[in-house]
Amino acid sequence: MKEFKNFTMNFGPQHPAAHGVLRLVLQMEGEVIKSADPHIGLLHRATEKLAESKPYNQSIGYMDRLDYVSMMCNEHAYVLAIEKLLSIEIPERAKYIRVMFDEITRILNHLLWLGAHALDIGAMSVFLYAFREREDLMDCYEAVSGTRMHATYYRPGGVARDLPSKMPKYITSTLKNNEQIKEQNYNREGSMLDFINDFASRFPGCIDEYENLLTDNRIWKQRTVGIGVVEPERAIELGFTGPMLRGSGIDWDLRKKQPYEVYDKMNFDIPVGKTGDSYDRYLVRMEELRQSNKIIQQCTQWLHNNPGPTMIDDAKVAPPSRDNMKVEMESLIHHFKLFTEGYCTPKGEVYTAVEAPKGEFGIYMISDGANKPFRLKIRAPGFPHLAALNEMCKDHMLSDVVTVIGTQDIVFGEIDR
Amino acid sequence: MENLIAKHIVGQYELEEYSDILTIKTNKNSLLDVMNSLKNNKALDFAQLTDLCAVDYYTYGETEWGTKEATSTGYSRGIKPSSHGRIKFEDKTLPNKMENRFCVAYHLLSISNNNRIRVKVYLSDAPPIIKSITSLWPAADWYEREAFDLFGILFEGHPDLRRLLSDYGFIGHPFRKDFPLIGNTQIRYDPNLKRIIQEPVSITPRVLVPKVIREEK
Repeated sequence: MKEFKNFTMNFGPQHPAAHGVLRLVLQMEGEVIKSADPHIGLLHRATEKLAESKPYNQSIGYMDRLDYVSMMCNEHAYVLAIEKLLSIEIPERAKYIRVMFDEITRILNHLLWLGAHALDIGAMSVFLYAFREREDLMDCYEAVSGTRMHATYYRPGGVARDLPSKMPKYITSTLKNNEQIKEQNYNREGSMLDFINDFASRFPGCIDEYENLLTDNRIWKQRTVGIGVVEPERAIELGFTGPMLRGSGIDWDLRKKQPYEVYDKMNFDIPVGKTGDSYDRYLVRMEELRQSNKIIQQCTQWLHNNPGPTMIDDAKVAPPSRDNMKVEMESLIHHFKLFTEGYCTPKGEVYTAVEAPKGEFGIYMISDGANKPFRLKIRAPGFPHLAALNEMCKDHMLSDVVTVIGTQDIVFGEIDR
Repeated sequence: MENLIAKHIVGQYELEEYSDILTIKTNKNSLLDVMNSLKNNKALDFAQLTDLCAVDYYTYGETEWGTKEATSTGYSRGIKPSSHGRIKFEDKTLPNKMENRFCVAYHLLSISNNNRIRVKVYLSDAPPIIKSITSLWPAADWYEREAFDLFGILFEGHPDLRRLLSDYGFIGHPFRKDFPLIGNTQIRYDPNLKRIIQEPVSITPRVLVPKVIREEK
């Protein structure tokens, strides 16, 4: 008899299920994984070092490119850190806009996660449904910031501009005639808030559609139940946050436990799993979609009734209005100083964290009193998750690696930074 | 919180200023005792290591542009190299000996008590060596590898201290303040040799906005 030893297998970095550029070196015994060693850094762009060489405001755009499916949540942690250093309080309306867009971002992220995760383990159609709804929310991003993904919408002191009073519309083309375009534009006649309201009213039905396809699906259960189980105490020790921690049964959410902006005024629940396996994490995320939708509805209602400023009135931090610049010397000088030199923050160090869709996204910022951060550390939620991949994959089959990568909701922009 | 810490912590420590959350400073000999009591004492119960961050304090508080007196010549872009944005490969900018140049900052989270604490350890020697805390929190494994990779901090007792984020065969520790922002080498495909080659960077360092510290009036 010929004797077989463990053999080494290379997974990625160009593998469609690796969610980016993950290279895994797997030690296999037949089809069973004995150890998995992730090699990361293929997308390392030294964001932290780049941020240290630029004025504060110029790095907001880098934050979008970290976790590039939950853009505004990354910006949020970054601007919160600056605001904490400067000790400034932002207008109420800006807080509601931020909360609303944080939740829109959560839905965006979870929809991409759902589609890609299902696609990876063999359910093609969910992807198509998920991206249909994602498109509407992308349009909201575009309407408010001008770009579909890398918004740079949150600024220290508030948000870049107020919500638009009109929603961009589809126009007639050679492919679609007037009738069809009119049908497509049915929810774009009013303001952006009306559009979001319309979305929020039909989205729960869409979640039911996804759940119809997956939740009681025999194949889906066979692929996820009992895969990648993490005990609650172990999940804490491993540094898990977000749905990864809640899937293991720990009731921990920064939006509830350490509320920022206006989350303490919102009415929502925190779903918690039981078994700590991939299926429970799926259920947690599905319920989070419903809860996010609930928060969005509360925000749109408040925003509808409460117009007001969306940026603080402090020329040292916020740029002056375009009109004032044309007539006031002071405004012109402030504008010039703000965009050439930036503003200096007081000496000190802060840590701010937000509940990003993937978990706790934190910014640790050290300032030596200059117009640039002295040190910026990004605490990416995916980093400790991926570090635990070895533990979660051990003694599973090769095909379960894909499930575990999917359930961790890995995005390399934030892990490699 | 401070009283609770004073009552339960084992090992030397002192409080640090200029910080948003409770920050304690310890030395590398007491680190493991302090961390052990923070994690395992039930009154403190910092069960999660949220983050581990290495800091290089070289050029801390140094500016590239004076704000005290006016000049007749204005700002010159050709000023002498000091910051990582201006230097290039082989520029010698480091002083011989720097006290407390490096620092490792740990962020701990207590889920049961809902509070955070930051623990800092300053390191002077070259190379900077500190005890690994992987035995307390398995999450420290990759964080320490990252700090080693980017700052060259050695973690004594780490099971597998390899580079994490930089390329295979990378030389240097890129997040140190004396490492140029433009890097040292660039890679390209050489059609004659038919392989990827490394060569010194061809771009020149430049800073668009100089670092300025303005005192509050």
